[in-house]
Amino acid sequence: MMHYQIRVSGFGGQGIILAGYIIGKGASIYDRSNVSFTQSYGPEARGGACSSQVIISSEEIDYPHVTDPDAVIIMSQAAYARYGKNLKPGTFLLTDSDLVKVDPEDLVNIKHFSIQATKFSEDLGKKIVANIVMLGFFTGITEMVSREGMLKAIESTVPSKMFDINKTAFEKGLQEAEKAKVAV
Amino acid sequence: MHGEFFMNGDIACAEGGISGGCRLFAGYPITPATEIAERMSQRLPKIGGVFIQMEDEIASMNCILGASWGGVKSMTATSGPGFSLMMENLGLGVITETPCVLVDVQRGSPSTGLPTLVGQADMMQARWGSHGDYEIIAISPWSPQEAYDFTIKAFNLSEKYRTPVLVMTDEAVGHMTEKVTILPEDKIVLEPRRKPPLPPDKFKLYSYDEKNIPWAPNAGDGYRIHVTGLTHDERGYPVVNAETQNKLVRRLVNKIRLNEKEIADYKGFYMDDDPEIVIVSYGITARPSLSVVRRLRKKGMKIGLLKLNVVWPFPEDVIRKIASIATSMFTVENNLGQVSIEVERVNFGRCPCFQIGHAGGEIHSPEEIIKEIEVSLKNGHR
Amino acid sequence: MVIDKHPMDDWLRKDRIPHIWCPSCGIGIVATCYIDALRASGIDRDKATVISGIGCTGRIPGYMNLDSFHTTHGRALPFATGIKLANPELNVTILSGDGDLFAIGGNHFIHAARRNIDLTVICVNNFTYGMTGGQVAPTTPMKAISATSPYGNFEHPFNLVHVASAAGAIYVARWTTLHVRRLRNAILEAMTKRGFSFIEVISPCPTSYARSNKLGTGLDIMRFYQQRSVIRHGFDPAKTDITMSSEIIVGKFVDSEKPTFTDNYEEYCKKLKENK
Repeated sequence: MMHYQIRVSGFGGQGIILAGYIIGKGASIYDRSNVSFTQSYGPEARGGACSSQVIISSEEIDYPHVTDPDAVIIMSQAAYARYGKNLKPGTFLLTDSDLVKVDPEDLVNIKHFSIQATKFSEDLGKKIVANIVMLGFFTGITEMVSREGMLKAIESTVPSKMFDINKTAFEKGLQEAEKAKVAV
Repeated sequence: MHGEFFMNGDIACAEGGISGGCRLFAGYPITPATEIAERMSQRLPKIGGVFIQMEDEIASMNCILGASWGGVKSMTATSGPGFSLMMENLGLGVITETPCVLVDVQRGSPSTGLPTLVGQADMMQARWGSHGDYEIIAISPWSPQEAYDFTIKAFNLSEKYRTPVLVMTDEAVGHMTEKVTILPEDKIVLEPRRKPPLPPDKFKLYSYDEKNIPWAPNAGDGYRIHVTGLTHDERGYPVVNAETQNKLVRRLVNKIRLNEKEIADYKGFYMDDDPEIVIVSYGITARPSLSVVRRLRKKGMKIGLLKLNVVWPFPEDVIRKIASIATSMFTVENNLGQVSIEVERVNFGRCPCFQIGHAGGEIHSPEEIIKEIEVSLKNGHR
Repeated sequence: MVIDKHPMDDWLRKDRIPHIWCPSCGIGIVATCYIDALRASGIDRDKATVISGIGCTGRIPGYMNLDSFHTTHGRALPFATGIKLANPELNVTILSGDGDLFAIGGNHFIHAARRNIDLTVICVNNFTYGMTGGQVAPTTPMKAISATSPYGNFEHPFNLVHVASAAGAIYVARWTTLHVRRLRNAILEAMTKRGFSFIEVISPCPTSYARSNKLGTGLDIMRFYQQRSVIRHGFDPAKTDITMSSEIIVGKFVDSEKPTFTDNYEEYCKKLKENK
């Protein structure tokens, strides 16, 4: 039985909600798993700490909220303070290394990987694709969603003229994941 | 538009409206229902429908009633504060027997309450919110897929029984995104409008069939109808006396009450072995409830879930039957005692009844439901 | 020659007569003018729809042998908006009172006018709530006595034609129930004109308003209208306030053109299809 709980968090404007949505869409529509995607709403989604949650399961999903995540993506220090602590052993913790300073004490038995997602996106000339770089990294590291599913989800979600840069961003994340896995 | 989509419950509800035949949407922005209006504003102009943003929810409700008499299937969507404003003319829809659909994406309340967070505390307002005696049909989805399916169903029920139908969804379902299968148009069965069986000179607007349901032409069909919110006779003419009132209001009530079994829609989970403990729940809250049932079954407890798809009219016989077999019943809902009152009333002392409530703001966690079940079983009836 | 059938009989639901209006009430005159205008208009009678809210005037549709809707208090306009948008072929007229359209229904009025929904609104203004027994209305002149302003009204009233014109109505006129021919012609003009048209009809309430304010019998009130009315076509609606002692300025104040809601919506939908 497959059952993954995933949380994406950061501050408003980083595309946190969209990132969670794409994970969910890739897993649901293209990988054909059961998926529930939920998000934080209201003013907090437009600034401050913001999060979205995805559950991917081979079974029907009754309770739709993330309680004990298996993977946590964090793109801001405030989100780290809220969602990066007390994770269960074996959890994937993925951070943007330029935006999140992690506390080694939080990393005991945690599979921590970091990436300069925002910097890479700036190198690509589009800071707004930092979330997509992170999604590539997430896909390569956790393999919770297929690469093909994720790419199709990105293609069917972003404006068509923006697809190429998003694809490049996603592939950059995947490459970094391969490097990071070798390093471990 | 058909196929599989990854969409939230609000958008699914709008799509359900369109699949259900809705071609006029009138609404007013309110969290967490706004996405329904936004979706309708994107879709209706492209498919020959009308979207109009009204000046308030009172106007929205009236507008859909007018549209229905104009011959177009119509709907509105709102949340608690707007639902309160719609109550006045929900009553007009009931007494004039106007098919239309009203969606309430319930949020934490009373008053402005929790605009962005879940609640299920409008259930009794759905039942009794407009003044006077009447029965209503209210259905409650637990997922975006059901938000789509049940909105189609709402349109069909409203045409079949000639009454406004309420879709009592909530913020959690509205803002949750899951896979939704949207049917191609030729795969959707739609209830047609009950047009008059007789020509204008022989037809009385509020004559009715053996199920107490009338027919009606649209404005412009040449029937020269009179439609009024006053108590009226079969011709539709105002007659202000006790006799006419007695006949009309009893028929309005019986139109739903006596057809309850036909309208009823519920689903049992783990109910085949006549479980000792039965949870009654609806909408989003049925999901943690089902999670609880699965967990406790693993521990060997004989427990089942009755999920009400149609909450109003209340499925009295089903509840009564369960109550005569079960040793205890739990109503799990995101309010402090609404549908539970009905469960208890219908149960009439057959077995102990408990409510596992919540003041709103989040959905029940399975753990808190389990804890409350354990405490109640230990302490007995309050 | 004996005539046993009135030429308008067929336009009324004869089985609902006698009506509820008091002797010398002006509402019947307005109903007659509407029917006469409709007959003259050439509009297919089965495409004419009359809609009202609640009150004495709100009862007009119930007597008309036409598709007719008697909605809730103040809500005739949003209901009419729905019916008109659902079937733009219908010729929709709202007949309601000043309290219904401008107190409880005031918000709906200004927005229906702003949107320029193709509707004709005929407001019978008798300066009071007649059906509930003569309470103060948003139109009651200063110092007038009513059941809830027993020592004289001290609230500033609305000038309805000014409100309508400011809110965007494309046709605005005011007549009294004395001006039967002019009123009938105004209704004919308004109902055949595309857009949101508004006609205010100053009308006597002999039972409440006239009695409380010692305005005499129905005949006295007609004389009063004759003495006080001044026809001023094209006059600035802002300068047509009615007080207890003023002239009653009547006439056609606004007659303009602009696209209706439906015109604009159809254009909007057409563009969407072209850009597809």
